[in-house]
Amino acid sequence: MPELAVHLIDPARADDEQLLEALRHGDERAFVALVRRYGGLMQRVALGYVRTPAVAEEVVQETWCAVLTGLERFEGRAALKTWLFRILTNRAKTRGQREARSVPLSSLTGGDDDGPAVDPDRFLPADHARWPGHWAAGPAPWSALPHERLLAREVRERVRAAIDALPERQQAVVVLRDVEGWPPEEVCEILDLSEGNQRVLLHRARSKVRAELERYFADEVAA
Amino acid sequence: MTDIACNELVELVTDYMEGTLAPAERARFDAHLSECPDCVEYVAQMHRTVVAVGLSAVELERTPAVTALLQVFRDWKRELATG
Repeated sequence: MPELAVHLIDPARADDEQLLEALRHGDERAFVALVRRYGGLMQRVALGYVRTPAVAEEVVQETWCAVLTGLERFEGRAALKTWLFRILTNRAKTRGQREARSVPLSSLTGGDDDGPAVDPDRFLPADHARWPGHWAAGPAPWSALPHERLLAREVRERVRAAIDALPERQQAVVVLRDVEGWPPEEVCEILDLSEGNQRVLLHRARSKVRAELERYFADEVAA
Repeated sequence: MTDIACNELVELVTDYMEGTLAPAERARFDAHLSECPDCVEYVAQMHRTVVAVGLSAVELERTPAVTALLQVFRDWKRELATG
């Protein structure tokens, strides 16, 4: 294998295919760029299957080993990231199943469909004479908030905290969909979810982040 | 055709945004929105939430352990070189 037969000017900006090519030539910078690009996401996805961050980190490390040793056989029929995450989720699942023998199943599978999008107390009761199930206290309008408000550092931190507080599968789905911009089919494939299940997880996640933003903006929009 | 109540609508909003509601259900959803400013606001907030999540760049907070992985890479390369 020739040493550095590549012309990566800026690995951080190279696309996956360029990085893959450079990696095949043993370019360390390409490896680092891929780790930076996908490492955090891999860790988060792995946490959907195993119990602790330390184990997730091991799974991520094993995955990179498997990627490097499988590089020669990888024909590039699937996208690099699809291949990468398929290896990751397979390993994470195996690891999770091993762990599950000593853990009650509910703690691993629970939390996927956990409660309503909005506090039921916000709605009129089902036996209300005129408006059963309608808003008792509707959402205070955000229209007064300037669009840039969403970019404020504090708001972003609040959103991040809300995402970190979600059950792990919900985190994985909302980050892949709404941060990374993956299409639903790819998320289903990588996480081995049905389309319906993927939407449920996305719905729970988005609903909780919205509720958190609503609490955060409450003072600003009340005036 | 039964109407959707607000507390049902908030559970359908992701299906609505994903375009996966059946046509009849979508029609009921739209009919509800045409009469309910609170739910219009709710749907708008869900849209803005998606934007906010995208802007949060949540991954940047988790820096992967590059150093440990570099060792993995260097071992792999050494093995390649020695055949």
